[in-house]
Amino acid sequence: MLAHRLAMESDWIRADMVEATEFPHLANKYQVFGVPRTIINETIQIEGAVPEPMLVNELLKVLDGQA
Amino acid sequence: MPLLSTKIQADVRKALEEMAGPVKLVMFTQAAQALECEMCAETRALVEEIAALAPAGKLNVEVKDFVADTAAVEAYQVDKIPAIALVGAKDYGIRFYGIPAGYEFSSLMDDIVTVSKGESVLAPATKAAVAKLNQPVHIQVYTTPT
Repeated sequence: MLAHRLAMESDWIRADMVEATEFPHLANKYQVFGVPRTIINETIQIEGAVPEPMLVNELLKVLDGQA
Repeated sequence: MPLLSTKIQADVRKALEEMAGPVKLVMFTQAAQALECEMCAETRALVEEIAALAPAGKLNVEVKDFVADTAAVEAYQVDKIPAIALVGAKDYGIRFYGIPAGYEFSSLMDDIVTVSKGESVLAPATKAAVAKLNQPVHIQVYTTPT
């Protein structure tokens, strides 16, 4: 999984794959209706499969203080 | 009775033949009060079945108790169970929460092989961008078994 490979590349990154049906309170919290749903630092939320360049763009928002 | 069908066992065995270095699956479960964790026993059984299909000594399982093994819970930053930490040459911060079924299962297989090789296989532009990071990033990907 891309997020896990990003975690391999950087000591700053940790990545979880979460099976939504077992954690309904979290699925609710993050409004998970369609999967996959990617959440970065509790703030950035992306619906659907995310290509590598797009996920990288979102990660860089962390540097900008947007997440 | 095994959780994986004979066909899937063969597929898993074949996939794991690609492993290079050893990988550890650190599984967090709850032994006592198993009622609190619906999928813990099944996840543990699945993880042990998968490990048995890897080349000898390449895939090892450690089982930790979420309630009793507080040091491990803190070290691996696990906050819910069942949890699997996938550890290769080091702990890269790779976690699976919930039973790895469906899409998660193939991700687990891919990740085991990738981690065993110790190379992220990301595009050069991605690596360059990631190198700029200077603060913690926590990515969560929610999926379902279908």
